Amino acid sequence: MNRPSAFIWLAALIGVVILPWHMPQSSQTLAGLFALGAGDADEASALWQAIAHKRWWFWPVLAGVGIAGCGVFLARTAENKGRLLLWGAGAALVGLVVQGLAIGVRGWSFGFLESAFGDLGERQFGMGLGAVVTFGAMVLLISDGLALKGYFKGDRFVSASVSVIVASIILFTAWPVLNILSYIFSPRGNLTGTQAFADRLFDAKIWGLSCVTARVTCGVFWNTLVLAISTATAATMLGLAFALIVTRTGFPLKKGMRLLTVLPIITPPFVIGLGLILIFGRSGVVNQMAESAFGLQLGRWIYGWNGVWLAQVFSFTPTAFLVLIGVVEGISPTMEEASNTLRADKMRTFSAVTFPLMLPGLANAWLVVFVESLADFGNPIVLGGSFGVLSTEIFFSVVGAQQDFGRAGVLAAILLVLALAAFMIQRKVVGTRSYVSMTGKGDTGLPQSLPTPIRRAAFGIAIPWAILTIVVYSMALAGAFVKVWGRDWTLTLDHFRRAFAIEYARDGSMIMAGQAWGSLWTTLKLATIAAPITACIGLLAAWLLSRQQFAGKTALEFALMLTFAVPGTVIGVAYILTYNLPPLEITGTAFILVACFVFRNLPVGVRSGVAAMSQLDKSLDEAAITLRASTFRALTTVVLPLLKPAIITALVYSFVRAMTTVSAVIFLVSAEYEMATVFIINRVINGDYGLAIAYSAVLIVIMMAAIGMIQLLVGKRKLGRRTGGAVAAPAGATA
Amino acid sequence: MITKKTGAEVRLQGIGKRYGIVQAVKPLDLVIEGGTLVTLLGPSGCGKTTLLRMIAGLEQSTEGKLFIGGKDVTLLSAGERNVSMVFQSYALFPHMSVLDNVAYGLISSGQKKAEAHARAEEALITVGLKGFGTRLPSEMSGGQQQRVAVARALVLEPDVLLFDEPLSNLDARLRRSMREEIRALQQRLGVTVVYVTHDQSEAMAVSDTIVVMRNSEIAQAGSPADLYAHPKTVFVASFMGEANTVKGMIEAVSGDSAKVLLAGLKLDLPSNGLGAGAVDVVIRPESVLIGKAGKGISGTIAKSTYMGAHSEYTVSTALGDLFVIAPDRLNRKQAGEAVGITLADDGVILVRP
Repeated sequence: MNRPSAFIWLAALIGVVILPWHMPQSSQTLAGLFALGAGDADEASALWQAIAHKRWWFWPVLAGVGIAGCGVFLARTAENKGRLLLWGAGAALVGLVVQGLAIGVRGWSFGFLESAFGDLGERQFGMGLGAVVTFGAMVLLISDGLALKGYFKGDRFVSASVSVIVASIILFTAWPVLNILSYIFSPRGNLTGTQAFADRLFDAKIWGLSCVTARVTCGVFWNTLVLAISTATAATMLGLAFALIVTRTGFPLKKGMRLLTVLPIITPPFVIGLGLILIFGRSGVVNQMAESAFGLQLGRWIYGWNGVWLAQVFSFTPTAFLVLIGVVEGISPTMEEASNTLRADKMRTFSAVTFPLMLPGLANAWLVVFVESLADFGNPIVLGGSFGVLSTEIFFSVVGAQQDFGRAGVLAAILLVLALAAFMIQRKVVGTRSYVSMTGKGDTGLPQSLPTPIRRAAFGIAIPWAILTIVVYSMALAGAFVKVWGRDWTLTLDHFRRAFAIEYARDGSMIMAGQAWGSLWTTLKLATIAAPITACIGLLAAWLLSRQQFAGKTALEFALMLTFAVPGTVIGVAYILTYNLPPLEITGTAFILVACFVFRNLPVGVRSGVAAMSQLDKSLDEAAITLRASTFRALTTVVLPLLKPAIITALVYSFVRAMTTVSAVIFLVSAEYEMATVFIINRVINGDYGLAIAYSAVLIVIMMAAIGMIQLLVGKRKLGRRTGGAVAAPAGATA
Repeated sequence: MITKKTGAEVRLQGIGKRYGIVQAVKPLDLVIEGGTLVTLLGPSGCGKTTLLRMIAGLEQSTEGKLFIGGKDVTLLSAGERNVSMVFQSYALFPHMSVLDNVAYGLISSGQKKAEAHARAEEALITVGLKGFGTRLPSEMSGGQQQRVAVARALVLEPDVLLFDEPLSNLDARLRRSMREEIRALQQRLGVTVVYVTHDQSEAMAVSDTIVVMRNSEIAQAGSPADLYAHPKTVFVASFMGEANTVKGMIEAVSGDSAKVLLAGLKLDLPSNGLGAGAVDVVIRPESVLIGKAGKGISGTIAKSTYMGAHSEYTVSTALGDLFVIAPDRLNRKQAGEAVGITLADDGVILVRP
């Protein structure tokens, strides 16, 4: 017996014997936590429900916990202990999941169970504290059992980490996504499952091509695809122009251009859309001027394909720029110098050497933007009008009058397939990219300056676009200070006052009277809770993937990567459909929002962790291991201290992203937990632009402060360290 | 002070490692006697580092058993084996002081911090770094970092000390003095050392036993002198110093001695267990004696290189081009000169073709 597993088992024991198994329907009291002997079955612990209320379906869980207990306290050999833990905890876990899925608020959850066993005459609510504690403890005991049986090299820490990550991916990504896909086959009217599926899938609203011949809109699939392709192409070209200017010319404002890359991180996704409306909308600046100067009615061309496309190109060009800076800088200058010495002029060097070397990177940038455009929700919802794309269509089939979950499932499946396909191709492309960096560190050449025609083209494209971006942003912000845009240009702080007014009551206490305070505090609070969890899981996963060898590692890596590719709208719908019923009834709570933030933003943590760890000499942790450190000690004393910058980055970015996300959370907010972005979107839909913009401005300021803070923290650390200089520093010292 | 003890014996029984279909180390047997320094020598990709990492416990062997001091450690993790390792990059923790680096293993094994620091200080004295404890690794030279890495490994008084190409990051002069220091330390403390390198002169200088590896298996193991004088294959011969390889013919074998015909030259050589028939003959460059034309095998100087302490020649003969090292400094031959070649008594070895 060893102490950690004994403690874990005791937690499980408390979970089944004392704590209430189900989520209480009224508010939880402290006394209610002692649920052994509760008169109401729904408030009792699992053991009490089984004994006193004849709920026989808890016996397998209880038996499993008992067997695991024998393993923890009685088994003599590691072999026996491992076997008992695996069987016991495994049985308990399976029992827990099966009974939770099979028996819901209306008795049997599935028709075939009802017809096989007859009416149950009982019901149960969603799982509560007892079930959650038991579930967690069983996962850990299984991991212990696996380690004892020699999996994961017998390392209990690695085993537990892998188990926790796998369990959470299954619980918060795989299950919801599979669940939404299962809605595709739900029968409708007098159609059976398959017929309903066929009916939904071959819907003209999705695949229709009538826009080719007539002036009507096409199916949403084609809308989405064409939009994503055009956005990706335009944004990649613009991004390339910017990247070439920043890396290969002496342009004096290069530094300022680099700031552009920060924009998509700090901007809530619909700010660009708002800015465009204020310029090109019906009461926009351009329309007003055209009307007063030439008497022209420009109409509402900005609403629809044009506007969405424009907004997306604005939104995603910085993303492409960011990817392409890395690509252009990654090309070894020695290659170009070699080409120059081989009598090639600048143009030939560019077209025969530089550009071909950039191609995989360009393809990668294109695919990144393509996926972002597919998943984008903010711009189409603000500017789309009657022009629908998959993500907004999913939204409208769930909210409002339709409530057609089957249709939402089909649309989500199509979007998912598109995103996954793009994602797979991207993985392939990135895989082939390695030859760019193959020349290693020894290169000390000077990058070639751009050939004149290319340089002119780059400036010609990039400069107007940069100016336009500044205009859009400044218009978007100016809107916050004007009474009614387009009609009453009086300067005012009214919008800020409405959003963030603070009043003082007679007794001097402060009242946050502004409309926005509630959602702002909720957002800040939830983002603050979610950020450390995201960073922890992300870095742990990164460490497992880059430093540990175990069976099924590639599978885990693949599963993690897949969760990155699921668009936010799909996750949002999947969450609300999965978690509004037992066994896990968390819709409308803060928990569902935190879970959504964590699993949506996990890529940030994993990526920054993997990137940082690839710079950290692997022999450092091996040295710690050979110096008798446990895996956990090696992680905490060697790896984590050296990863400080990555940790801070992961923390702040997951915080910021939690604040700006809209696509998934729009489904998950409730009256109690409203998010800032959703609040703003609702103002926009109601036409209350002033307040929306004022609020967005405040968000941008908060996020700039957050980003500034990391720059400060990470930068400081670099300054504090001596540079290697002439001394031959080991590889680890520069990491 | 770290006390002298006799290091533990390391016994490898059919140890092998396989990554999928790639055999990184073919199953092999090897006994490393306690208190000796054994070098694993071979070209890159021969499996020597994998073998070392399996002894360290950083890689799990896929077959076979490993004993240290008579105890089966095959399934134990690196921390449980009582071995220490000095890494090629030293792997000093850059965020810890030198003293904290050296004390790290002691604290990991549960010692009190004060005690661990006191012993770490002693270990630093052993490697000649008294008073450097408060520095950061980045504030030290490459050679000093190397010593810290050795101190960090030694302070745990391991049964076996492992070195993974420890000198490859140092310049030539420092490399020579560090290897002598490592050898002296090993002799003084009597610890068992397994040492990986691809530099044969380094291996010659420090080893009690050299294990030459090739294609994931042991090509030959023995003392440096044994390997140089009696290589069993052309590969070992050419890896342990320079060697000319020519074709010859064994005419008759009597006892341990063989009569060999080599381009008209008749030689009596140790038979090395070979029978009559075609044979490969390895000739060390210093065993080729250049004399006046008409004596022995006739040849022409094709290339002549002045090396200061000695001269190097390439001589075209009926046997092919021979590489020759001659001590003559005053009487140097010029390219194109006709010469006669004879062979010294040692340094001419028969090898199975």
